[in-house]
Amino acid sequence: MTRSGAGPTLVLVLAVAVLVGCGVILLLERSLTRILLGVVMLGNGVNLLILLGGRSGGAPIVGTGPVERMSDPLPQAMVLTSIVITFGFTAFLLAVAYRSWYLSGDDEVPDDLEDRQIIRQAGRNEVGAADRGGEGPNGDPEQVDPEPARRRLRRGDGS
Amino acid sequence: MRTLVPLPVVVPLLGAALTLLLAGKPRIQRAISVLCLSGTLTVAVLFLVQAYRHGPVVVAVGGWPAPVGIVLVADQLAALMLVVSSAVTLCVLLYSIGQGRSDTSESSPVSIFHPTYLVLTAGVTNAFLAGDLFNLFVGFEILLAASFVLITLGGTETRIRTGSTYVVVSILSSMIFLTSVGLVYAATGTLNLAQLAQRLDDLPDGVRLALELMLLLAFAIKAAVFPLSAWLPDSYPTAPAPVTAVFAGLLTKVGVYAIIRTETLLFPGGRAHILLMVVAGLTMVIGILGAVAQSDLKRLFSFTLVSHIGYMIFGVALSTAAGLSGAIFYVVHHITIQTTLFLVAGLVEERAGSTDLRRIGGLARVAPLLGVLFFIPAMNLAGVPPFSGFLGKLGLLQAGVAAGGPLPGVLVAAGTLTSLLTLYVASRVWNIAFWRAPRLATSEPVVQLPRLMVGATVALVALGLALTVLAGPLFDVTADAAADLRLRTPYVRAVLPGGVP
Repeated sequence: MTRSGAGPTLVLVLAVAVLVGCGVILLLERSLTRILLGVVMLGNGVNLLILLGGRSGGAPIVGTGPVERMSDPLPQAMVLTSIVITFGFTAFLLAVAYRSWYLSGDDEVPDDLEDRQIIRQAGRNEVGAADRGGEGPNGDPEQVDPEPARRRLRRGDGS
Repeated sequence: MRTLVPLPVVVPLLGAALTLLLAGKPRIQRAISVLCLSGTLTVAVLFLVQAYRHGPVVVAVGGWPAPVGIVLVADQLAALMLVVSSAVTLCVLLYSIGQGRSDTSESSPVSIFHPTYLVLTAGVTNAFLAGDLFNLFVGFEILLAASFVLITLGGTETRIRTGSTYVVVSILSSMIFLTSVGLVYAATGTLNLAQLAQRLDDLPDGVRLALELMLLLAFAIKAAVFPLSAWLPDSYPTAPAPVTAVFAGLLTKVGVYAIIRTETLLFPGGRAHILLMVVAGLTMVIGILGAVAQSDLKRLFSFTLVSHIGYMIFGVALSTAAGLSGAIFYVVHHITIQTTLFLVAGLVEERAGSTDLRRIGGLARVAPLLGVLFFIPAMNLAGVPPFSGFLGKLGLLQAGVAAGGPLPGVLVAAGTLTSLLTLYVASRVWNIAFWRAPRLATSEPVVQLPRLMVGATVALVALGLALTVLAGPLFDVTADAAADLRLRTPYVRAVLPGGVP
């Protein structure tokens, strides 16, 4: 931060932008480990953003300098709290990712129930009258391309 | 009275610490949890009486005066939400104790359940009482962290799978909330809600709208408003019955409460109202269409939950006193009824071995009491007169008609349609699960349902009926709360008695 209390520098703003941007892109992944990294980056970006919200300057301790040159202590206090919260969430997400890997061999976020049902119906050739080259839904299953591509269905996909 | 204000937050947290220490002694653990929540309920009722008679109860935590320190505010809205939420959490706790005694299967609560549950209630009460945007955020985080543990309780594969979606979506919404908190502070230099109410008015329109939309986005994810609701029906149903019940009843309503608070206190007359109305209508219709398509009891109720959030958002979006009053009444009604329905779904699972409508049937003959316990809240949810669901919907629709204009008119029509479709869904469940030839998914010999589980459900059904009988006085309170919210001055003056600095 600048010493004069003139406001945030461009570097910090860019750092926030890069962290949040990378975080969002990583959040769009299916693997929980990458999502976790995304949460870490996004969290740090947002924390930095809060810090930018206050006036910059010297240490906010009365007696160490002129009061008007002090930085705003409130964002710093808020950032401490939110760092702790982000840390806790990261730890929990890590535990979930580990547990997921432990139980099912990967840490992919699965499709939701409806999607899986639709995929299964498509696999059994039960989806309504989609255009399948004139065959119709009751056509010979051997003749039909298995579209949409089936995701790998894991065990425990009952109901 | 002032010194009592932090109790609903502090007592459950203290109880959580004690129950964690006494994890090996389930009997004492249960006693402490019940005692804590009963205490919270008593205090909450006191607040409601006090706030109704003499205006908001405010305490500056640590003795720091308002704009500098953190305040806890129990105005009528907060106190009313506190009363309903503590009553509901107490009933659900008793239900879970009953369930814990009856079976030792995978779905039964483990020893970590009580501390986490108490932390969850502390988070909910903190969010209701917060008079400071950052404290509201902290309240949300407390309840979210606890809910993460509860939704993945036991760590089975299904729960981890659905829990991971819930965790990621919740963290994302928290990040958005945190960003907007940071931006609000950067724009105004304060986070005290009463002071913000004044300072936000002076901001340029564009900045104000941007802040409003950021906050609404964060709260709408938590409240499961339509385009942001897809996470809910997928993650709630796999958790244990009491957990799903309390999540369905409370967590989304905390989001709705936050929307009511920000829309009335911080951004009155904002430009987001048209947007809110559109999403409210979509939430109602699309949510209930989702429920029509479901064949599992818990998933079906999750969709009705999403759908009925639309009613509350509709009331808020109208931003008239009548609309707000209807929305608050509807929140109170819906917390009670939706929780009851999920508890009944838990009882059905206990009795019939499944909640899948394709595998169960004829429960009204097999378990008549269960039939009654389902029928009353289901009809209540659908809005059949004379139940509170009917009164709440009537209040909202009347407010919509009174507001006039094409958009409220469309929403009134959508609300009526949703109500009819809810009736269709409820009667479909009744016909399939309760009325046709008996069919159970379990071959185990018939056991008596645990008395405490049934008792807690009966208590909640009775609470739902009490809301119907006492609807007159309750509407007085909500109308008064709505008038105060619209005025803003009672809240601001109570928090900053010396005027706004």
